Amino acid sequence: MRTKALLVMLCSTALLASACGGGGPQSAAAGGGLSDGKVVFGVLNDQSGAYSQLSGKNSIKAVELAIADYQEKYGDKAVVKEFGVETADHQNKPDVANAKAAELYDRKAVDVILDVPTSSAALKVADVAKEKKKLYFNISAATTDLTGKSCNKYTFHYAYDTYMLANGTGRNTTEEGKKNWYIVYPDYAFGQDMEKSFSAAVEAAGGKIVGRDAAPFPNTSGDFSTYLLKAPTLTPKPDVLGTMQAGAELVALVKQYNEFKLRDKGVGLAVGLMFLTDIHSLTPAALAGTTYTDAWYWNYDLTNRTFADRFKTAAGVRPTFAHAANYSAALQYLEAVQAAGTDGSDAVVKQLEGKTVSDLFLRNGKIRAEDHRVVHDAYLAQVKAPAEVTEEWDYVKILRTIPAAEAFRTPSPDCKL
Amino acid sequence: MVNFLQHTFNGLVGGAFLALLALGLAVIFGMLRVVNFAHGAIYMLGAFGAYVLLTEVGLSFWWALIVMPLMLALFGMALERLVVARLARLDPLYNFLLTFGLTLILQDAVKSRYGVQSSPYDAPEVLSGTLDLGAFDFPAYRVFVLVMAVAVCVGVWWLLSRTRVGMVVRAATERPELSTALGIDVGRWVTPVFGFGIGLAGLAGVLAAPIRAVNPLMGADLIIVVFAVVVIGGLGSIFGSVAAGFAIGLVQAWVQALGEHWALLSQVLVFLVMAGVLLWRPAGLFGREEAPA
Repeated sequence: MRTKALLVMLCSTALLASACGGGGPQSAAAGGGLSDGKVVFGVLNDQSGAYSQLSGKNSIKAVELAIADYQEKYGDKAVVKEFGVETADHQNKPDVANAKAAELYDRKAVDVILDVPTSSAALKVADVAKEKKKLYFNISAATTDLTGKSCNKYTFHYAYDTYMLANGTGRNTTEEGKKNWYIVYPDYAFGQDMEKSFSAAVEAAGGKIVGRDAAPFPNTSGDFSTYLLKAPTLTPKPDVLGTMQAGAELVALVKQYNEFKLRDKGVGLAVGLMFLTDIHSLTPAALAGTTYTDAWYWNYDLTNRTFADRFKTAAGVRPTFAHAANYSAALQYLEAVQAAGTDGSDAVVKQLEGKTVSDLFLRNGKIRAEDHRVVHDAYLAQVKAPAEVTEEWDYVKILRTIPAAEAFRTPSPDCKL
Repeated sequence: MVNFLQHTFNGLVGGAFLALLALGLAVIFGMLRVVNFAHGAIYMLGAFGAYVLLTEVGLSFWWALIVMPLMLALFGMALERLVVARLARLDPLYNFLLTFGLTLILQDAVKSRYGVQSSPYDAPEVLSGTLDLGAFDFPAYRVFVLVMAVAVCVGVWWLLSRTRVGMVVRAATERPELSTALGIDVGRWVTPVFGFGIGLAGLAGVLAAPIRAVNPLMGADLIIVVFAVVVIGGLGSIFGSVAAGFAIGLVQAWVQALGEHWALLSQVLVFLVMAGVLLWRPAGLFGREEAPA
């Protein structure tokens, strides 16, 4: 009988682990001027899990830097005099993201939601933004659906997407002569999307996918050895192993890639999505020579470095591209409010659409009116060898700038704003 | 064929971790009737401890391999004395919830100090190469993990079957009330056994540090699979949990090697097996049916 009771107990943990929330409706001021007399940002992201380092609480610091810069720039002429920054942890769960987004808009009087990593959660928030007619800048989710079939008038996709990553890394690596690819991807929306984008980019550049494997997600054992054993036995032998894993799973896979000595066996490594914090955690030695596509790099030029110094004073670490993009999105939102003279959503969207802009994050940037994809220069980056690293966090050299026009896909016919 | 052998060997290595963790759980459950949900967090502490010993104390992997399991065993014994023992007489649900809460506390404590980002940890120099196993070569470290796990399992078997302590533990596991009635001081062995089980989880953690991502959540997902393994083997059956650990490791490796379209199956496989085993033999493969209450 005990056995049965214990099984019931095991099941009950599922209930304990789940969370729920709700939001009640509340009307906001309409017409000109500012709703509630101020602008409130809502930073919605992962603050305790796998993606909390790459954006997380430090994104709030980035938004605060943007507010400071806006105040300094406009002084007495600033339309926005009062600011608020609200934040919530969505735990990478779509249902939590959904509830928290509604709560931020309705109860915390948030005018614009920023960040939202994890594609499945990001798509839910897009629906909420559409329903509430409030702005939403997605920074750290990758799915192209945000500017495809799930696009809407109030959602902007700011920093990167799977197309940008695949086009940068997949195409460039193939053109370098590494034609045969073995792709390992996590078996969920992001991974499947990445696998499709990478396959398309590799094949378009004249390469071939000799094998592909979906790894369980989440990978409970943290073990990828099956795929690493398999890689050199494929025919023809792949030149490069393309991994679409992210965060801790990427760390585990790279560790094991080195353990199985695949580089010595002639199988190179290409990483689909990597953040500065991942390199920091793996150490540059584990990744030396690996190429990937970056949306922004802190030590690229003096402008970036100056921001990175300010950020380090505030947050204690160097910024990832997600932090810089959160800064930029907050700033561009305030600029649009300044130009419109109101934080009414429709007026702000009108200001943003079609705008060409260059700032810290957006180089040769343009906010496309057709699908709300924010296009900008991207960078093909390579992890330095340990001997080349002279400063903590300076782990990467930029091989090539990918021009904005080339970095992102053309607007998708699936998107109807 | 070579591929099959490679994947088989690899599956045994994966199974080694499951077996070590399941063994600790089984020993604890057998003796105390406590489902220790904190086992995954202890595994994480083992791996993290190795990292902290290396970076903050300067002790190598080999030291960690000895020090961490001992420290965690002591921690486990303190835990048993201070909290677990207080709930022992109540419904097992109480200790289950207690250890679940402990898991959250331990995870968040590590998170608040080290963040969620994975911490770097390398295999010792001697084991960083590959070993030629005849038909194929294999990372030396993984061979070492397998050898260690098998040695520990055999050692535990020897302890249980050939020593007086083992006899007491086995008697207490199978018929606690009867053993007490026969004048065996079962209570004396409860705390050390709990500490021993915790120490095993710590050992698995240290072994995992060089090849897996060391982060506060590394045990959280794994523990669910380990529970399934223990249920398959038969709750409290020591041999069953070890055998099921290796078996699940093997089957998972084989299914994963089949290819892209088998990913979903390899993910749910362990739970399917668990469901199947429960239908066929409700007490698990090696568990004994309890007499109806």
